Amino acid sequence: MSKITTPAMVKLNKKTKGRHKETGNTPMQEGLKRLRKNKTAMAGMIIILFLIIIAIFAPLIAPYGYQEQSYTEVRLGPSLQHLFGTDHLGRDIFSRCVYGTRYSLPIGLICTLLGLVIGGGLGLVAAYFGGRTDNIIMRIIDIIQAIPSILLCIALVAILGNGMWQLVVAITAGTIQGMTKNVRAAVFMVRNNEYVNSSKSIGVSDFQIMIRHLVPNAVGIIVINAVGVVATSILTISSLSYLGVGLVAPTPEWGAILAEGKQYMAVAPHMVYFPGLMIAITVVAFYLFGNGLRDALDPRLK
Amino acid sequence: MPLLEIKNVKKYYSTPRGLLHAVDDVTMNIEKGKTIGIVGESGCGKSTLGKTLIRMEDATAGEIWFDGQEITGMQHHEFRKMRMKMQMIFQDPYSSLDPRMSVYQLIAEPIQTYKLAQGKKDLEEKVFGLMEEVGLAKRLSNSYPHELDGGRRQRIGIARALSLDPEFIVCDEPVSALDVSIQAQILNLLMDLQKDKDLTYMFITHDMSVVKHISDDIAVMYLGQVVEKAGFEELFARPLHPYSKALFSAIPVPSIHNRRERILLKGEITSPVNPKPCCRFAARCPHAEDICRQTEPKLRDMGNGHFCKCHRAGEV
Repeated sequence: MSKITTPAMVKLNKKTKGRHKETGNTPMQEGLKRLRKNKTAMAGMIIILFLIIIAIFAPLIAPYGYQEQSYTEVRLGPSLQHLFGTDHLGRDIFSRCVYGTRYSLPIGLICTLLGLVIGGGLGLVAAYFGGRTDNIIMRIIDIIQAIPSILLCIALVAILGNGMWQLVVAITAGTIQGMTKNVRAAVFMVRNNEYVNSSKSIGVSDFQIMIRHLVPNAVGIIVINAVGVVATSILTISSLSYLGVGLVAPTPEWGAILAEGKQYMAVAPHMVYFPGLMIAITVVAFYLFGNGLRDALDPRLK
Repeated sequence: MPLLEIKNVKKYYSTPRGLLHAVDDVTMNIEKGKTIGIVGESGCGKSTLGKTLIRMEDATAGEIWFDGQEITGMQHHEFRKMRMKMQMIFQDPYSSLDPRMSVYQLIAEPIQTYKLAQGKKDLEEKVFGLMEEVGLAKRLSNSYPHELDGGRRQRIGIARALSLDPEFIVCDEPVSALDVSIQAQILNLLMDLQKDKDLTYMFITHDMSVVKHISDDIAVMYLGQVVEKAGFEELFARPLHPYSKALFSAIPVPSIHNRRERILLKGEITSPVNPKPCCRFAARCPHAEDICRQTEPKLRDMGNGHFCKCHRAGEV
């Protein structure tokens, strides 16, 4: 007797092809699958990628140079020539915003990564070892926290001087204490789990326990925090620029554009709206992506 | 020579109220290939004893000799080699497995920790070999613990403990979190493994019917001390300590006609913080006399390998 095959069966076979491996998918594949299924995360990722592309091809996309001034076209509203309008010096805000991705994005990301490595590392060590180690680390962090972070940034910039890297150092210093506290709290919640004991009884080293068990289990909270820090870092650059200690004047950093626009908010609100919108879009994109990433990293959510 | 010799092991914790005597002066020998059952109520220090033996907790005093070597004084790098031979199976298979790791990763972890596999292929072979040994289907290797039932999860725990080819395994209530039907499967698995690999178990439990099933020797613990110790048949036939008697009377009998008298203990458990030098069971003992409240009894040899820590053992 020959096997019966119907069109529906063929279709089903095609659909489930590859799914019936003997051992199923590896954790990595499953994670990627979950991430791809998550629509908001994908939306966030697409926006971030889009912003990165803009940053790379800024000179090609921007219709004008970021410091090209035109005294006949001052504070014009949005039009076809100037999509986002012009500022008080007649510079094209759209072009400035496009160039701005080259500053805000990398600074935000680098500061967050550095803060995550340094602050997160400290928090992890503090929470895992506890006792005296915890006490020493946290008291140092408390001292740093006693200084308002914006003041700390200003002081550091004053010492180090103006410039992109100096700014990165200053902003990172401001993010470390928050990161340490958050990671410590997150790790505290998972470090007393029995599986940590189980690994200890096997003889897994402290470092391996931290990296393989504690970080993955605390990653949800850490990711959400990190994403928040990307956003605050971008906003800190803006505040610093506004205070005049950030990036120097013609640099088209979003916060700087926003700060300049503030004076003319009543007569030319577009000078504030558009750079503000860019910051908001970026922050939201990171939040969406961060949320999705957290879910993708958790095998219990399917 | 016994595989494990425990001499006067003590484990005290300092608390704001004083020293908590979790394990107080425990001495016993465990022969290779045998199972010693440790029974007692919650908080009597049986888990702490198990953890102290494999040095998850450091003993406050006493000696532990494993395979002719004293381990409590060992440096960490020296002990690393010994640790492979002493493993532990945990009580709760829900919380003792990292929820972020797949079955494969969980079983591979110990092997990777001690770099026992040559390359990916070898590791894979070893992991699948272990899975087969404990009765886990190969297709489950990429599943996560939360997708499996308690029995299967406990099998993962067993595979993790077995992966280092240990000689001695502390089973800390390995079946108490499981369904009764699955308890039997896991107990049978443990016994089969013992036969195949000549394993030595310390089986910690509060469930008398489980301990009856698996143990060669039984030690009854009360407030950190071993109060009675004997071969399993001897102890079940002739329990001497009043506490053991009460424990045995709590085993349910599967018959509606044979109703046994149950001994119900009254009174509070004595506090394990700074205990007075007297019989620790005296406050709840139905046969307590003045001597019990004044001096601490010794673990006396009652013949036939039967030891009992009671002033009035044999009298009542």
